[in-house]
Amino acid sequence: MDARTHELYVDRAMRNIGKTGVRWWVIAAALTACVAVGAYAWVYQLQRGLGVTGLNQKVSWGFYIINCVFFIGISYGGAITSAILRLTNAKWRAPITRLAEGLAVVALLVGAVYPLVDLGRPDRFLNLFAYAQVGSPVTWDWVAISTYLVASIVFFYLPLIPDLAVCRDVFGSGVRGLRGWSYRVLSLGWRGTPGQERLLLRGIGIMAVLIIPLAVSVHSVLAWLFAVTVRGGWHSTIFAPLFVLAAMLSGVATVILVIAGFRAAYGLQQFITQKHFRYLSYLLLALGSGYIYFMVSEYLTEGYVLEESTGPVLEALFVGSYAPAFWTFALGGLLLPLVLVALPGRYPIARACVASVLVIGGMWLKRFLIVVPGMAEPLMPWDWGIYQPTWVEIAITVGSVAAIPLGLMIMFFFFPVMSVHEMEEVEGVSEPAPVAAGRPVPALAGGGDA
Amino acid sequence: MLDKVSRRHVLAGLGTGAMAAGFVPIAFEAAGASHPTTTSAPQKDRQWAMVIDMRKCDGCKKCTVACQETHHLPANFEWIKVFQVKDKQGREYFMPRPCFQCENAPCLRVCPVAATYRAKDGVVLVDQDRCIGCRMCMAACPYGARYFNYVDPPVPDKPYAKPTPEFPVSQQKGTVGKCMFCVHYTDGGKLPACVEACNMLALYIGDLVEDVATNGVETVRLSQFLRENDAFRYREELNTGPRVYYIAGHGQDLGY
Repeated sequence: MDARTHELYVDRAMRNIGKTGVRWWVIAAALTACVAVGAYAWVYQLQRGLGVTGLNQKVSWGFYIINCVFFIGISYGGAITSAILRLTNAKWRAPITRLAEGLAVVALLVGAVYPLVDLGRPDRFLNLFAYAQVGSPVTWDWVAISTYLVASIVFFYLPLIPDLAVCRDVFGSGVRGLRGWSYRVLSLGWRGTPGQERLLLRGIGIMAVLIIPLAVSVHSVLAWLFAVTVRGGWHSTIFAPLFVLAAMLSGVATVILVIAGFRAAYGLQQFITQKHFRYLSYLLLALGSGYIYFMVSEYLTEGYVLEESTGPVLEALFVGSYAPAFWTFALGGLLLPLVLVALPGRYPIARACVASVLVIGGMWLKRFLIVVPGMAEPLMPWDWGIYQPTWVEIAITVGSVAAIPLGLMIMFFFFPVMSVHEMEEVEGVSEPAPVAAGRPVPALAGGGDA
Repeated sequence: MLDKVSRRHVLAGLGTGAMAAGFVPIAFEAAGASHPTTTSAPQKDRQWAMVIDMRKCDGCKKCTVACQETHHLPANFEWIKVFQVKDKQGREYFMPRPCFQCENAPCLRVCPVAATYRAKDGVVLVDQDRCIGCRMCMAACPYGARYFNYVDPPVPDKPYAKPTPEFPVSQQKGTVGKCMFCVHYTDGGKLPACVEACNMLALYIGDLVEDVATNGVETVRLSQFLRENDAFRYREELNTGPRVYYIAGHGQDLGY
């Protein structure tokens, strides 16, 4: 690794740290406004109770549970993308692991708030610990989510340590106050000695292995929240793997959008290249195909028998009142995006991004189509429920969606957007890609050997 | 035609005519975590059950109204809900649905804080001082018997002493409530509000231990009554073990 390449990595990964421009502020202000409206809606709900929502006696779970599953799923995709790429030693991962791991943390922080938003008595939240019942899926949930939260923060933090040391050294005394102090303290005296490198490598390896079962367990217990009931469309043995796959699918799609966003905004075109989008598109394609397979397996086995409780739900999904939403999801949110990324041709990045938007929207819709018809279906076989979310639920949802890019922007205001250390470690990242005219392309000859 | 006061106290004499042999109640697990229990005098062992004779029900919903008045519930809280059912042959009948007090209660299993528990007399109660309002129990209940207090419940003119799981009046906002067979009445030898209100005498409260049931006028030997009238439990195949038995025969489709 020659000094010039190192300089380039440091420059590109860190030039946005502590810097804001007009564009940064405009975007941050818009996102903050959305988050503020959501926060206001939550306060409004805290003061008045869940009566301000569209939830009712029949459909007692709605947007909040959907969003909880949705955001934790996205987090999972971020973590698993990074973990799998690390474990398979995919060298192209280096410029995107930081963004994926950061997304895992931010999305999880947002998703983990939702169970609280959904509680009728959030003031009694501590009862969950004081009277914890091992047999309750809700207990499984908070145990799994909090374990995974700690793990995903560690998973984000460990590879960050050498970069924090770089921050410490690069910014030196130029950064005062909390930020400078954080770099010094959090870098744990990293000097890059062989002993430190060995320890770190082992730590990251352990976390990359650990995070997979942890993330699988989180999404499995979220699925069991539904699957352990007798409701039609919920009581399904395939639910846990289906949820895990759905999480990975929506998560990888979000990773694609996040790296596209930061690539454009931070000028990372020469590191995050078409190749990354192509590979992630393959991942999206594989996961999406798997999801279709699981879904067909679920609907075929249930639809063939048409039990008393599942029959009405399937009918509502395929031809009934939920059919427009279902077919929008199946065709527009699953099939179309997979076709988009599967076909060879021009504009791979644009196609990957469009497909990702469709997949993310589709997966939210799918969670809606799991939660709401399962709730609304007639258990006593003669009354369907209806669910019409109010502005409170919509505002909180919009606020939480905005919180993800905002959280990432703040995160990468403090931390390097790419892992300098990792890019130096891993060969092959330095293949320069053609970038837009007017942007200097420094030579990267000899890069790659550490 | 019916004297309310005398009906109300019928239950106190329950059991005098019960036979020793016959119906053997299923074994019940003990109540879970420590919870406040009823404070009344030493009680006989009871295992409350209900029989609903759908041949008699005319769908007047007096049971629902009486329940709502007793427990000061809003109009959409139908702890005993009367469904108007139209069968495949186009005939209509009425099916009142209280909480089934399941022996293998799905709602009880899923509660993360043991706010829902089974009392010694087999009735599933909710400790609204502990409930966190996650509504997992509502997702788990196959019968939609549970109701969440989204808004402030109506306050009685003369507020009662502190609400208990046996007499949760007033209901607490942000928590879940449901029918508990009016154990605040039955423990004192009175009929549940719905049973007493039923002019058609379609509702029976009974005790599996002493094997008797009464609608306030007629007292029957429970096991014999169920057997002779081909009583069934709603969705038996779910294996929840409801403590509520239905007697069909009001013209509904029995599947043949």
